[in-house]
Formats: sequence, C-alpha cells, structure tokens
Amino acid sequence: MMAWFTAHRLAFTGTFGRLAGAPLTTLFNIAVIGTALALPTGFYVLLANLQGLAQQYAPEPQVSLFLAADAAAADVRAIENRLKAHAGVTSFRFVPRAQALDTLRRRAGLADLLAGLTQNPLPDAFVVIPAAGNAAALEALRSELRAWPRVAEVLVDSDWARRLDNLLAIGRYAVLMLAAALAFALVAITFNTIRLQILTQRDEIEVSKLIGATDGYIRRPFLYLGTLIGGSGGLAAWIMVWGALQIFNRQLGALAELYGIPLALTHLSATDSAYTLLFAAWLGWFGAWLSVRRHLIAYDPI
Amino acid sequence: MTHIALSGVSKRYSGGHDALAGVSLNIAAGEMVFITGHSGAGKSTLLKLMAAIERPTSGTVLVNGQNIGTLRPRGIPFLRRNFGLVFQDHKLLFDRSVFDNVMLPLDIVGFDRREAVRRARAALDKVGLLQKEKAQPITLSGGEQQRLCIARAIVHRPAILLADEPTGNLDADYAAAIGDLLRAFNQVGVTIVLATHDLQLAARLNPRIIEVRAGRLAS
Repeated sequence: MMAWFTAHRLAFTGTFGRLAGAPLTTLFNIAVIGTALALPTGFYVLLANLQGLAQQYAPEPQVSLFLAADAAAADVRAIENRLKAHAGVTSFRFVPRAQALDTLRRRAGLADLLAGLTQNPLPDAFVVIPAAGNAAALEALRSELRAWPRVAEVLVDSDWARRLDNLLAIGRYAVLMLAAALAFALVAITFNTIRLQILTQRDEIEVSKLIGATDGYIRRPFLYLGTLIGGSGGLAAWIMVWGALQIFNRQLGALAELYGIPLALTHLSATDSAYTLLFAAWLGWFGAWLSVRRHLIAYDPI
Repeated sequence: MTHIALSGVSKRYSGGHDALAGVSLNIAAGEMVFITGHSGAGKSTLLKLMAAIERPTSGTVLVNGQNIGTLRPRGIPFLRRNFGLVFQDHKLLFDRSVFDNVMLPLDIVGFDRREAVRRARAALDKVGLLQKEKAQPITLSGGEQQRLCIARAIVHRPAILLADEPTGNLDADYAAAIGDLLRAFNQVGVTIVLATHDLQLAARLNPRIIEVRAGRLAS
C-alpha cells in the first residue's frame, strides 16, 4: 500500500517536473486546449444566461378558459372551486361576460358594431395563470381543463414558450456538437503530445522494461501527464471565459443603465465549473491512454 | 540448486539465421560462468534468452523453475527482477544524474524511499562512484559508465547477474577492477553469468567456462 502510494507520488512529481522543465511547450499546449474548450464553454454560458433572462422577463403564460354560452351561475362556481383545488394553477381571475362586453365596447371603433347586438354573444371566462410555464405542461393543462363540464374552449398562448424552447434546444444541440468536435480535438492533441513524449523517453522506457518495470509503471507518468494537460486546459478555458465575461459585462452595464434593468452575464456555477474541469481532465487522460496503448507496444522487447 | 536450466534450446531469428541450435546447460545457484566464443557465435542470444528478453524458438528455458517460454506477459517484469543486467552499450539514461540512474530499479520495484536512497549510495560506493553521484553520466569515462551500469544492475540485490562484455572496451586496469567487483558479488552468493572473450579476466577469476561455437556448445 505504502509502495503503491510512493510509486504514484513519484510518477506525479516526475510528470510535474517534466512539465515545468519545458515551460514554453507546456504553456502552448495548455493554451491550445484552453482555446478549444473555451468556445463551447463560452457558448454554454451565453445560452444559460439567455435562458435565465427569458425566464426572468418573458410574460407569464396564460390559459383562457371559456364557458359555454348557456352556463349558469352554479356552473361558474363549480369551475371556480375546481380551479382553486387544482395544483397546476397558480392563480386565476374570473371575467364575467358583461365585463368582457364592456371592455370590448370601450375599444375605439367597436362601440357602433356592438350597439347592433340584441344580446351579449360573449361567454363567461377564466384567465388562469398556470404553475408550470413549459409547453408540455401547458398542453397537458389545456386538455385537462377542456374536459371539464360546461367548458366550451380553452386557449393557451403557449406559442412563445414553444418557440423559445425550440430555439434554446437548437442552441443546446449546437453547443453539444461543438463540444463533441472540440473534445475530439482535445483527445487528438493529448494523443499527439503523449506520442512525442514517449518518443523522447524511449530509452527510459526500454531500460525500465528490461529491468522489470510493469506496464502499469511505464504507463502511469504518461497518464498523469495527459490528465494534467487536460485539466490545465480546462482551467485555462474557464479563465478565458471569465475574462470575456468581464469585458462583456462592462459593455452591458452601459446598456442596462439605458433600459433601467439589471443586465449582467454570470459565469458557470460552481458545480458546472467542477464538471468542466473534470471532463477536460478526463479527456486528457483518455487521449493519453489511447496514445500509450498504441505506442508502448512497440517497446516490448519480447 | 539449479538457477538457470536450458534444455534443447534453439533460437532462429526471422530471416532464417540460426543463432542457437540445441543448447542444453545448467547453471547452479552461486556459480560463476563465463560464456566465451567469437562474436556472432551466440553468446548474447544465450544471455537474452536467460533474461527473458528473447523467447526460444524451441526447447525450454527455466529460471528459478519458471518456464520463460510459457510465462504470461504480466509475469515477465517480475521474473526480470531476479536479474541484474549489465549491457555492453551500458544503456544509461543521460537525462538524469548518476544517482538517479541507480535509483531506477528501486523506483520500479517500489522501494521505501529512505531505504532506496541508502541502497543506491551503497551500490555507488561499491563501484567507487559515490563522490560522482550528482554528476551527469555523459561526463563519465567509459570505465566509469561501465561501473555505473554495474551499480544499477546490483542495487536491488538480484540473485543473478547477467553481464554482456562488461570489460569490452576497457583497458586492463579497469577490467581488473571490474573483475574484483564480480568476484566480491559471487562470494556473497550471487550467480554470475558473463558473456566475454576477455581471457585475462577468465584467468583472474577462474570461472566455469562454456564456449559457444556457431550456436552450439563446444566442450
């Protein structure tokens, strides 16, 4: 156990020393990986902010429930009670048919038209504010309300929600695709870096194998190197996005003052930051693992 | 006790060259054996087969009772730890100090660090290189590099020392010093197998001599 620990510590400090020994190469490697990762990270941050803004400033979706024209006061009360008891309803407002006609009459140009009517053609209605704002929940609520007795029509103004959902979904796919492509690039970069490192250390690998080094012993420093390069690249990406946000926010500050609303882009949450770093480190490890698998076989003397 | 046993061992390299043909040979624990013969006779191949660096084309090679031909790849590193290897071309690592070169086998085995440092110093002291522990191997003379290679071979206290031309291109004084070293190891029980055509060294150490001629033992 102690020996295992010592072996890992030696491999790690050796790797670290090697990186520090060639600072310029290390720096460029990390910068390349950092830039590759900063792109999808930056887009993701923008998307997350957009989603946040949309939820903050978009009007709340409404569901309009129209009763049948011949609905009695008892029916209205029954619907009212059901709405009160419904978990998916945040609040609602009753619009009596007389009040609706009144509102309509006050609109310019309609008074004459309405004067010709002998009776009120409008039904009683409820304006319902649902608890969940996404398209699927709204649709479900609509079908449910529609089935209630004496309900003639239920209208959902969920188009905007659906459109925003679609747009954000497209954005998410774009970010995912970009991330996949650049993750592949990162794996390729570490693969190549490790290949060069294996070539540089071929004497050491050969001698170590001859005097009884296990494959694990040979592999370990390269895997550490890949992980360290990937993780550092992730950190570089995080810092790049952070810097870009600082610049953006300074510009947005002026805009926000103009419109009188607080506008500022926020960075990745702590959890997302941790995931990004871990993912980058894992990609580095994976690239190194592939490279070691591919290139160390050549050095087995037997 | 038999340390190394070869029976009916042949080695044919790709291309059809027969390096060894039907060699049988037993080396007992604590023995000192010189393998002599012209260059190209098969001395190095014989050593490589013993050290599990090559597999025999036919026949069996047993080291400590383990058959090298059928050993799983995972087992090979652990078998090799029985050996100290002295290479003709030294195979020193020029990217690290003399001391770190000697530390390599101990790092590989996973020795406790303090004990490893102590042993590395002891090994360097035995070959007379302790005051050069911080030097870079490239700055050492040919004889010093050879002695460093020996220090690296013995630092993990192997049971068997396999040396390929350890006095190859050294002048007589250095060769004599290395001969004394080998004798000292042999006296504490290390089995020593040497491929050499240094007859002076053979006369000094009086080992069992096995002559290889065109891939066969001549006795």
